[in-house]
Amino acid sequence: MDSASVGELYRRESGAIVARMIRALGGDFSLAEEVVQEAFEAALAEWPVAGAPRNERAWLLATARHKAIDRLRRRTRFEAPLDGVDLEALSAAPEDEPSGAGGDDQLRLIFTCCHPALALEAQVALTLRTLCGLTTDEIARAFFVEPKTMAQRLVRAQSKIRIAKIPYVVPGRAELAERLDAVMGVVYLVFNEGYAATGGDALVRRELCSEAIRIGRLLERLMPERPEPIALVALMLLHDARRDTRVDDTGNLVLLEEQDRSRWDRAEIGEGLERVERALRLGGPTPYAIQAAIAALHAQAPRSEDTDWRQIALLYDALAQLSPTPVVRLNRAVAVAMHEGPERGLTLLTEIAAEPDLASHHLFYAARADLSRRLGRNESARSDYARALDLCRAEPERRYLERRLHEVTR
Amino acid sequence: MQYILLIYGNEAEGKSASKEDQMRMHAEYKVFTEELKASGRMKGGAPLESVSTATTVRVKGGKTLRTDGPFAETREQLGGFYSVEAKDLDEAVMIAAKIPGAKTGSIEVRPIMQLPDM
Repeated sequence: MDSASVGELYRRESGAIVARMIRALGGDFSLAEEVVQEAFEAALAEWPVAGAPRNERAWLLATARHKAIDRLRRRTRFEAPLDGVDLEALSAAPEDEPSGAGGDDQLRLIFTCCHPALALEAQVALTLRTLCGLTTDEIARAFFVEPKTMAQRLVRAQSKIRIAKIPYVVPGRAELAERLDAVMGVVYLVFNEGYAATGGDALVRRELCSEAIRIGRLLERLMPERPEPIALVALMLLHDARRDTRVDDTGNLVLLEEQDRSRWDRAEIGEGLERVERALRLGGPTPYAIQAAIAALHAQAPRSEDTDWRQIALLYDALAQLSPTPVVRLNRAVAVAMHEGPERGLTLLTEIAAEPDLASHHLFYAARADLSRRLGRNESARSDYARALDLCRAEPERRYLERRLHEVTR
Repeated sequence: MQYILLIYGNEAEGKSASKEDQMRMHAEYKVFTEELKASGRMKGGAPLESVSTATTVRVKGGKTLRTDGPFAETREQLGGFYSVEAKDLDEAVMIAAKIPGAKTGSIEVRPIMQLPDM
């Protein structure tokens, strides 16, 4: 086995192995992470020379366990023994784990990383570090912070888990729905961070999307009785299917209506569509399921002009009932405009123009400018495109707005 | 695990509350404390007199300095505390959420540091 395959194995397996070690070590996140890291380093040194063992995961677990025992023996001479760590049990644990075991550990790890007693940004960082095996540097790059800041954030979160004793458990029934919602919020935030077409390292961004989908699938598999993760995975897949067509070769933004639909990922769309139906059937119209259904209608239209805007407007109505945020109402107005005409859209936009969140949001002015442009009201379109440009900082979107502004200025 | 639950609230608002509201709050605390005791998780706790009775003490160069009032002026003041035995943070938060003052102010949940020689 060469070092590239060890690296690949690390990405695939480290989260599961860390999860097992955390439980064995009584919830000591940082120790678990360090010894798993060391076990992979040992594999990197040994396997390319001596060949990989028959059961790689068992080898890694056993090695991590031995390293942990070494460290704990050294540590306990000076410090108080840790609660909940049984060195005897640790050394006597079976070397060979049945494959597929450890799912419960991973689920516990997800709920601990996304515990509401941690700050949201710490939850996100911890999830990517511990569950997905991203390096501190990669996470720092993805969120535009200094590696040192990110390292401090992670250390602080890990010690809070240990010292305040944030439990390493899947929450009980009474709390489960609310806590699962928080977990999905973190996963979706990671996805959106990767999906946003705003600056940064394209490779890291792609990785964030695929990691978010991976955790979503893991939730689906580990909680087969819950409909919520199905809706979330559907939503992410249906967006991810379009990601390559959203920006052209020169880095310019391509609107949904102008995207090359033949390049949309049909496999992802297929998986997404099947899930939307299942999510709606099992869980009803939750916010994630409704958003997924909207994405599904876009994915199903062979051409932009075939889009079922009437249905999309109805879905935004339903979404606005559940979460009446200004952005949802903005999207609803746009969908209605596509179905009933720009004039009607402008009326709806006037109704929400006073919302404080929208008055400073470039999307509001961009949407209003687009409707004015369609009606040939170039004067209004011009001033709204200019205001949108003032408020927008993302480079690809700015170029799009400049192009439109130029069009209506002729 | 032992946690201390520090109860913060706006003292001025508490004082200007109607007689009935104050009586109700008092009764709610009584019920909560009885339940906590019965559950076997209560380690201690007490309500505190107003911050206007507080004295802050510092020792500088061997001299004891006394200042009238609390260490910091904040919108919410420490009004009392419980110390509890809980399995983990989730259980401690569950107890904290039942403290009557959580509805009007806030509860800070802090683990008590465990030292081997204490």
